[in-house]
Amino acid sequence: MVGTQLVQQVTFVIAAMIAIAGAIGVIAFRNTVHNALSLVATLFGVAVLYVAQGAYFLAAIQVIVYAGAIVVLFLFVIMLLGVDRVEALAAERRPAVVAVGSALGASLAILVLVAVLARGATPTGARSVAAVVDEARDIGVLGSLLFTRYVFAFEITSLLLTIAVVGAVVLSRRPDGEPIDAGEFPGDDEPLDLGGMESE
Amino acid sequence: MMSSNAYLVLSAVLFGIGIAGLLIRRNPLVMFMCIELMLNAVNLSFVAFSRSLNDAAGQVVVMFVLVVAAAEVVVGLGLIVAIMRRRPGADADALSMLRG
Repeated sequence: MVGTQLVQQVTFVIAAMIAIAGAIGVIAFRNTVHNALSLVATLFGVAVLYVAQGAYFLAAIQVIVYAGAIVVLFLFVIMLLGVDRVEALAAERRPAVVAVGSALGASLAILVLVAVLARGATPTGARSVAAVVDEARDIGVLGSLLFTRYVFAFEITSLLLTIAVVGAVVLSRRPDGEPIDAGEFPGDDEPLDLGGMESE
Repeated sequence: MMSSNAYLVLSAVLFGIGIAGLLIRRNPLVMFMCIELMLNAVNLSFVAFSRSLNDAAGQVVVMFVLVVAAAEVVVGLGLIVAIMRRRPGADADALSMLRG
């Protein structure tokens, strides 16, 4: 029992260090590609912590959707725009802005830290509103909740995804008109065209 | 099982780093990554509360946050591509004309 607890603590410390180091890398590296790869480290550390808490399915979709799809989308956009060069030092913030931003972030973290430590008490795990967490049938519990209690939110989610796809297609089409600030929003006067190739 | 306090503290630290990056950096892509960082910190605390309250609804909320984050990234990157095509090399300060 003591050995298991030690393993859990060591796992937590390693995964937390990976996550925090990746998060610092996201905001500290000058090269945008390095920022995106640091984000992968953070997402992976958080996925390990999901596993440590028994949320196996969430850990899987964290790796597949976040690290696999979203970060690759970021990298595609970085390469597409050609912004993967090192930023000029003059383009950075003034030291006062850096100090204020860091102080705000740190003060929020310290606030939560003080709140957690002052509260002290951990819940007993006795009450359950929607469904009891069951590590053995993790996906089953999640799926039955999604399709019974949260089915309306689930359906609205599909609507949201459709809107996001249509919005991305409309936004990323090349405008036909004048290049300078005429026709600011391209493509809103004609029906949606999934090919979008004939205007080139 | 670790207590949920450790997870909450880690979540707060990640969220604070995300806020600091969002305020400090001017590259719109990096600002987006910081938003993802903050969403992940919130997801971590949702899972920790789900564990300590023994309620699977927290994990369902994490799934919804994931879907909304994916939609947000798709639309946001589309916006960034559209802006960068018009003004290459623009940073967040150069886009102050979007201010209401």
